[in-house]
Formats: sequence, structure tokens, C-alpha cells
Amino acid sequence: MSDTHAESVAFVRETAIPPALPPATVSGPVKWMRDNLFPTWANGLLTVAALYIIYLILSSSLPWLLGGIWNAESLAQCREILQGNSAACFAVLSERWNQLLFGFKYPPELYWRPTLAFVLLFIAAAPVLFFDLPRKLLIFTGIYPFLAYWLIWGGTILTPLIALLGVVVGYLVFNRFVKGSFAAGMFGGVAAALVVWILGGMVFSGADLLSLRSVSSRDLGGFMLNMMLGITCVSLSVPIGIALALGRQSNLPIVKYICVVFIEFIRGVPLITLLFVASVMLSYFFPPERTVDLFLRVVIMITMFSSAYIAEVIRGGLAALPKGQYEAADSLGLDYPQAMRLIILPQALKISIPGIVNIAVGLFKDTTLVSVITLFDIVGMIRGPILASTDWNGVYWELFMFASVLFFIVCYSISQYSQWLERRLATDHR
Amino acid sequence: MLLNDTRYRSITFQAIALILLVAAIWYLMSNLFANLEEQGLNISYSFLGATAGYDINQTLIPYSSQSTNLRAAFVGVLNTLLVAVLACFMATIFGVIAGVLRLSNNWLVRKLMAVYVEIFRNIPVLIWILIIYFIMTAAMPAPNAFRGDEPAASMILGSFAFTNRGVYIPSPVLEPGWMIVLATFVASIIGIVAYRRYSTKLLYDTGRLLPRFWPSVAIFFIPTLLVFFLMGRPISLDYPALAGFNFRGGLQIGAPLIALWFALSIYTGAFIAENVRAGIQAVSRGQGEAAAALGLRPGRIMNLVVLPQALRVIIPPLISQYLNITKNSSLAILVGYADITATLGGITLNQTGRAIECVLLLMLFYLTISLIISLILNVYNSAVRLRER
Repeated sequence: MSDTHAESVAFVRETAIPPALPPATVSGPVKWMRDNLFPTWANGLLTVAALYIIYLILSSSLPWLLGGIWNAESLAQCREILQGNSAACFAVLSERWNQLLFGFKYPPELYWRPTLAFVLLFIAAAPVLFFDLPRKLLIFTGIYPFLAYWLIWGGTILTPLIALLGVVVGYLVFNRFVKGSFAAGMFGGVAAALVVWILGGMVFSGADLLSLRSVSSRDLGGFMLNMMLGITCVSLSVPIGIALALGRQSNLPIVKYICVVFIEFIRGVPLITLLFVASVMLSYFFPPERTVDLFLRVVIMITMFSSAYIAEVIRGGLAALPKGQYEAADSLGLDYPQAMRLIILPQALKISIPGIVNIAVGLFKDTTLVSVITLFDIVGMIRGPILASTDWNGVYWELFMFASVLFFIVCYSISQYSQWLERRLATDHR
Repeated sequence: MLLNDTRYRSITFQAIALILLVAAIWYLMSNLFANLEEQGLNISYSFLGATAGYDINQTLIPYSSQSTNLRAAFVGVLNTLLVAVLACFMATIFGVIAGVLRLSNNWLVRKLMAVYVEIFRNIPVLIWILIIYFIMTAAMPAPNAFRGDEPAASMILGSFAFTNRGVYIPSPVLEPGWMIVLATFVASIIGIVAYRRYSTKLLYDTGRLLPRFWPSVAIFFIPTLLVFFLMGRPISLDYPALAGFNFRGGLQIGAPLIALWFALSIYTGAFIAENVRAGIQAVSRGQGEAAAALGLRPGRIMNLVVLPQALRVIIPPLISQYLNITKNSSLAILVGYADITATLGGITLNQTGRAIECVLLLMLFYLTISLIISLILNVYNSAVRLRER
């Protein structure tokens, strides 16, 4: 059959022509640039303007950054080395590195303790953040707060140990009674924990075991203080926020109004006034013979602040659930705590994750406000001891850039994690 | 048992909650009174009438160190509102521009705006305020740099001077008759609105299309300019000029105000940009395509179809950003801008030692602002709510 036309046509191509490359203007980088950078005249002008802005920024900042001096004793020496050139004096970072991270009063020979706590934080946080890891790791997460307390503040290990023991006993009692009624489990657990704490306090008062050198809260500082405040307050305020949100949704009018007034009051005032309360006012509300640590007072106020915001986010999640979920839980015969724990909260919390992460990032940034009430966090360190010293008076850019970079790294990675988690938890098929 | 009987359970729980609340309040109050008694203090607001005894460098109303603490607090309130309004205005401009450009089809511009948003959202506003404050005070030239034949610094357009003591701008000088010019201006704005309404009505009723752009421009400029020259130019500008060691004349905007204003605007602008982007993306593509299928031009599609729907999504978070700006303006205390937190909660508190009273008044002020703003938000939300069948 192949030679049917052998006489009628002079030439028959037997193989296909190899496909030619498309013209340069409709493929490859040229096409990409035409589509994305110069689709129209006006758009092209915009590109040129953007390029010019980038050039301006880079041409002024790159020489300054790359020519930076890392080894000098003081700003004067730095200027001597630079000989009138304009460049960064990063020497302040290398000289004051420990102060920026740990504050200026934390004993230098004990720096390994917060560092170790920081490294262990990743192990403790991993099973909470990534569900694929073995669940057994959660035990370490439970131990971590007590371990970190012992490492950072020092003192005898008995204090955190008794606290941990109380929590464990409380949890066991809760587990034992929760099947009967949630309220019984809850009150029983709290009571058991209190009994253990009081008994432990009485039995072991004055005892000393595995004692580390103790560090007072006033000596904490630097970026460490920001991290500690951020992590403590976020992890405390999520459960309180859930309770407030449920209270606000509740059909018990008194409970509801208590929660509404609390949330709206806290959300209506700036954090800085709450910090004023912590620094000048809160001590009036504690028993006269007892002084409460400033760190603890700040943690109380920041936790109240963020739990009100988290409550609003979770309320949004609760409101977004279809009514059928509540009715389905009722028709299965679950009581209120069961319905909430098994049906409603898992779904509502999933919807609220992006919002909660936003609040957490905002809260972490807001921990810099404690510098206003004379705590020496990283901003407090920069404004106070470092810029006021004769050696480094006048090095603004390098220091604030360093603080910005630290915050950017932490906040950006949290928000990237939240986006990953959102994709991971998405159960709708789109 | 009371806990298990459904008839009494809710009452039991509420009773427990109430008892706990009352017990907690009683405990705190008894501690408070015990502490106050021990230190020989009492709760009294008479310090508000006493002489403040400190100076405030930027005031909107007459104030001297002989004025009362109440007046100092009032100066602070006005300063808070001033910086909040300025920052809301500028943050909206930054945010809308960045949000729209983030959706641009230009790759470079899109990425540039993404970098702006991410950088400003992820670094505390406190650090931004301090950075801009240090730019304003440490990197700007001193007034005497403007001196001489070959000055190291020069005024922009001959009327704006950026110095380390703040920015000097021309200030308006009002002579008798300026009210009439202003009234004419307001009247012509009302006239423009009325004219555009009339032309829309005419279009819908008869189908006749009147020109809109040029008549609007004419109404905007001609009457006001006419009255301005007829009245003998009652409004003129007073330019700042170097005199002695400092600038004289014009209006001085202090570095703290500039730092706070600019930092709050550019920081909140990044958040508003995200709201704007989300709002525009929330309008489904079908809406724009349907409008195009009906034959509307791109500008009309934006104005008549996409924007009205996007604004419904954008405005509620925008209003809560305004609330955030107002609350964040309390950071003024860091750079020495005399807002309410710095006057009442700072100097007055420290001088009189009236911590409880000052902090309570401070909270009351911010609560009032926040309640007013949420009231506006609720009114808006109910006005634009989708009316479903």
C-alpha cells in the first residue's frame, strides 16, 4: 500500500519534520518578560520605576552593609577604621552579642542554661506542630515547662518537680472521673493538684536537691525575655481563650455577661495601659505582705490581653460551624462537655488556626512593649544600656536592624508554618 | 443533685459563677483597701484640678505649665486624636496602593509589594517608631546646616525644611474675610455633588448624558478663586525662614509626631494592603466577566460591579485597623510625643503618684474611643448586610 502513489507524486516525505522551536518572542524568557514585565506601555513604565526604586535601595544599602566593620571596641574606633567612609559598624553586635540575647544582668557563666532551654524548646514544640511525629514525644512537651523553669531560674529542682507532680495527679484524677461527669473530673482534678502542691510545699520546704544557682527575674533580659514572654503567654492564653469563647457563646446569661464584659474591656484598651497596670497598679491588689514578681505580673496582664483576642477568633470559628453539627451532637445524646470536646471544638479550632497564629505573631511583636515599663527586653537593652553607654552612643541602625531581623525570622516562619498547616488540615476537596 | 438535674443545673452553674466572681472582687478590693490604708493613700480625683507644672512641646490648645492636670490630659487627648486621624488617613493611602499593586499583572511590582507587606507586618511597630524617630533626629541636618552660601542642606521647593528639630512647613495666615472664601469652597463642593446627582437622575429619567468631568473641575476652581481675589487674598502662606540658630515662621511639626505618624501609617498600611487584596479577591471572577459580557468598560466594571462588593469585605477590617492605630498611638510615650498616655499616664502619674486614678481614666478614654468605633462598625455592617430572600 505504501507505493500506491509512487507514480503520481515525485516526492513523498516518509519521516515527520522535527518540530521547530517557537520564535524567540513567544517563548522562554522573552515571552515571560513581555507577559509579566512589559504587557503595556504604562505597565512597562511601572517596571522601570520599580527597577529604579530597587536600584536606589540597593545602591545605598549594599555598600553600607558589605563594608561593615565587625571588630572594634567602640564607635570611635570603628570610625577610625572606616576613615570617613560610610559603612555599618556591626562591631556593636559582636561586642554586645550576649547582652542583646540574654540581658545585661544574667550571669555570663550560666548562659548555657537558657541556651539549652531554647534548644529543648524545639524538641518540645515539634510534636505539637507536626502531627506525624510519634505521640510519645508529647510526654516531653508536658515536662518541658517545668524543666525550662528550672533551667532558666535555677533553684532546687523540687519546686518544678512538685508542680509537675500536682499536674500529673490532677490529670489522673480528672481522667478517672471525667467519664461520670465533666464537672466532677474538673473539680476533682483541680482539688487533687492543689492537695499535692500544698502537701509537697509543706513536706519539702527548705529541702534542697539538684540545686542550680538561682537567678532572679529582674536579671532576665534581651531577646530571651521576648521569647519567654511570647511563648508563655501564647500557650497560657489559648486554653483561657477557649474557655472565654465558650462562655461568650453560652446560654447562661450571667456567665455570658461576665465573659462579654471581660473580652470587650480588654480589647478596648491598649496593651500599654495594661502594662502600666502590671507595673504600678497590680501590686495594690495582692495581699500587702506579699510582693509579686514583675515578670509574673507582666505575664498575667499579657495573658489576659491575648486570651481576649484569641477568644474572639475562636468565637468566629464556633459561629462558622453549621448548626447541624450542634444538633447532631445533641441527637447522639452527648452532654455539653462531650459535645464540645468531641464534635465542636476540633472543627472550630481548625477553622480558627490562622486567626490564632495571627494573634500569636502580634503578641510576640507586642512583647517589645515591656521596654516601656523598664524591663530590659531586646528593645529595652538597645534603648537603655547599649545606646546610653559611651562606647556605642549613636549606633542606631545596626542595633535596630539586628532586632528587626530576629523578629522577622521568628514571625515570618510562624506565618509560613500556619499556611502549611492550613493546607495540611484542609479537608474540602477543591 | 443540683448539678445533675436539668431543671436546676443552669441556675446552679450561674450561682457558682456569680459567687466566685463576687468572692474574687471582694478579695481584690479588700487587698486594695488594706494596701491603701497601710500607705496612707485614698482614691481621689482632686489632683486633676491642681497645677500640672510641666511643659508640653506640641499642643493644639493654649497650655502652659501653670495649667491644671485636667487641661494637660485634654491636650493629650487632642494629640492622640490628631496623630490617630493623620495616621488613619495615610495608612489607608499606603494600604490601598500596596493592596491593588499586589494584584498587578506586573511580576516585579507584585513581588516588591509582597516584600513591603511581609517586612512591615513581621517587625514590631515599636521598632519602626524608634527607627523613624532616630532618622528624624540623628540623620537629619541641624538648622545651621541650612546657613551660608554653600549650605550642606537646602529646603525642598523653598518651603519645606527637614531638620533634626522637626519638619517646617508653610503655615496659612488668615486675614479677615477668609471665612467667606472657605464657605465658598465648601459650597462649591456641595455644588459638584448636587450637579453629579442631577446628571445621574437626568440620565436615568431621559437617557440624556451631560458632561460631568469638566463642569466639576470648573465648579471646583472658579467660584473659590473668584471670591479669593475679590476679597483681596485673605489667605496667604507664611514660609519658614532661617533666623538666628533656628527656623522662624511656618509651622513646626516635631520629630516625635512625624515618627509616630509615619511609622503607624506604614506599619498599618501593610495590614490594610492585605485586607484590600483579600477584599478584591473575594469578588468572584464571574462578576467581572458577567459585567464585561454586558458590555461595560473596564473602569465601569471596577466602579459599578467589583468595588461595591469588595468594599463590603474590606471596610469592617479597615475600621478595626483604625482602632488598632488609635490604640498603638499610645506608644507615643517612647518618643516623647505628648499624647494622653504620656501626659496623664506618664508625667501626671509620676508627679502625683495617683497610679490607680490615672490608669483608670486612661482606660476609660480608650474604652470610649473603642466603643464609638465599634458602634460605627455595627451601623455599617447592618447597613451593607446582604439582604437574603
